[in-house]
Amino acid sequence: MSTYTLTVPDEKQARRQRRKQQRRMGGGVLPTTLLWVIAVLMAFPLLWFLLSSFKPGSELFSYPLSFLPQQWTLDGYERAFERIDFGKYLLNTTIVATVTTVFTVFLCAVTGYALAKYRNPWLGVLSLCILSMTMLPGEVILNPMFMVVRDLGLYNSLLGVIVPSIITPTGVFMFRQFFVSVPDELIQAARIDGASEYGIFFRIMVPLARPIMLTLAIVSFQWRWNDYIFPLIILGDPNKFTLQIALRALVGAENIDWSVLLAASVLSMIPLVVLYLVFQRYITDSNINTGLKD
Amino acid sequence: MTATIPAASAAPAAEAPGRPRKRRQFGRYRLAPFLFTAPTAILFGLFFLLPAVLGFFYSLTNYRGWGEPEFVGIANYIELIGDKGFYSALGRTFLYALISVPLGYAMSLGMAVALQAARARGKTAARIIFFLPWLVSPIVTGVIWRWMFGESFGFVNFIIRGLGGEGLPWSSNADLSLFVVVLASAWGGAAFNMLLFIAALNNVPQSYYEAASLDGANGWQKFVSITLPSIAPTSVLVILLSTLSQMKEFAMIQSLNGGGPGTQNRLVVQYIYETGFQKSEIGYASAASMVLLLILMIIAIIQLRISRKTGGSW
Repeated sequence: MSTYTLTVPDEKQARRQRRKQQRRMGGGVLPTTLLWVIAVLMAFPLLWFLLSSFKPGSELFSYPLSFLPQQWTLDGYERAFERIDFGKYLLNTTIVATVTTVFTVFLCAVTGYALAKYRNPWLGVLSLCILSMTMLPGEVILNPMFMVVRDLGLYNSLLGVIVPSIITPTGVFMFRQFFVSVPDELIQAARIDGASEYGIFFRIMVPLARPIMLTLAIVSFQWRWNDYIFPLIILGDPNKFTLQIALRALVGAENIDWSVLLAASVLSMIPLVVLYLVFQRYITDSNINTGLKD
Repeated sequence: MTATIPAASAAPAAEAPGRPRKRRQFGRYRLAPFLFTAPTAILFGLFFLLPAVLGFFYSLTNYRGWGEPEFVGIANYIELIGDKGFYSALGRTFLYALISVPLGYAMSLGMAVALQAARARGKTAARIIFFLPWLVSPIVTGVIWRWMFGESFGFVNFIIRGLGGEGLPWSSNADLSLFVVVLASAWGGAAFNMLLFIAALNNVPQSYYEAASLDGANGWQKFVSITLPSIAPTSVLVILLSTLSQMKEFAMIQSLNGGGPGTQNRLVVQYIYETGFQKSEIGYASAASMVLLLILMIIAIIQLRISRKTGGSW
């Protein structure tokens, strides 16, 4: 008797709890499935590509295709190293991406700061100019760009790739947005304490903006690492090529040597992937909103 | 001048009212922002304004890279109007943008929403995976999709044949080939737009959704009547930025199909590149550049107008 009365509420409660749990699970299954279906779809081309690069040349084209290599090999990679001078291209690309990024971060930070914290007609015009750069991509005007670079004596030099791509409107607007959110009182207090305008920027604003700087640095490094059109028109000498141009030469060949191409493409991505995995939270957690007020 | 700036107005008051001092103070606020922005202005002038002006000048000449450019007026533009190659490149570019922008928009928004769903599990890992294609350069993106869609060796045709179908001519049929380009561009471009959407979704007040839940709205209703209107400014921005970037597509298509089969998928930047560098018709290529810039400007102005109407602000 007593046991009966005891079990009833227990069972009821258990059922209620189970139902609640079911509802929670049921609610979670659909979003989770959706999320992972998309993730698999996004990852698949990359994975297929990566796995293919470890297949021997004969297996690449033999039906039926298998997802995993039946015989793992680094043959494609060895031949890629023989075929292209990776060290040189890697060095060129690293120089271009690093130097440009340093200048980009610095110049975008000062410009964004000036646009956010001062107001005069000069800055108004400049702000419009930079906005127009978002609308009108300079890389479309290929020939005149080439001539300007040539007349500056920068044709066929890495500097010719670096200098024109330093200014990016996205970077300027990122910093402008950030510095607008920094209270003016901070600057006023520093001025009263006798700090110079330059001192305020370098000693107060730069440390504050460090996360944004890192975000832009990674984004800019990726842009410049993967750039194609500028290096293509400005670098004529194969010794000065960047990785992307070298890869293009492999794809453009009459008969594509797929095992070399696959391996070379994978190799060209490794530095960026490492950089991304180390710093990924600065990208994926950042509010990149290119000057947009929401 | 300084009176309008809250930042600057306080400083003179703090200083002793001396004339030379005041002038230095005033000069400082003009000089500092000028020095801060001078390098940017110089680079802008050299590598944006100057090429644009030069390009306009060359577009009025028949310059071919050597000798003196000869002034020909608007002859280049008149020739462009009748140039079938230019039209087909331009038309193909529009078609490409028209298909790939909505697809890219839907994909990046879908990814952002899926990542923001409160009850989904494994979001951190999914976020990292979603972002991987962003690292892949346009050239390599082209190679990856060329490999996936190879006619006799690609994975996709392998699956189609496995299901009993005929392999599709992904590289010898122009429309199918463009379709692959569209897929590749949506894949490669989704991550960055997704970031913009995530930032916007985070700014939608949670209380709206709670109120809607109390009123019995389902997930789809909430998405259509709360989420979409709330992120409208970001939507406009994403559509604008992706339209602009699709209109200047070059690198990815170079490695995916080289503008082929034949020249059927040659987009407009490739047309400019081939005319200007391979044929060295600099005047003519510059005219094509100017037309493209004009089109981009019109697109940007239209979209900014729309964004002003929907309440977005730059």
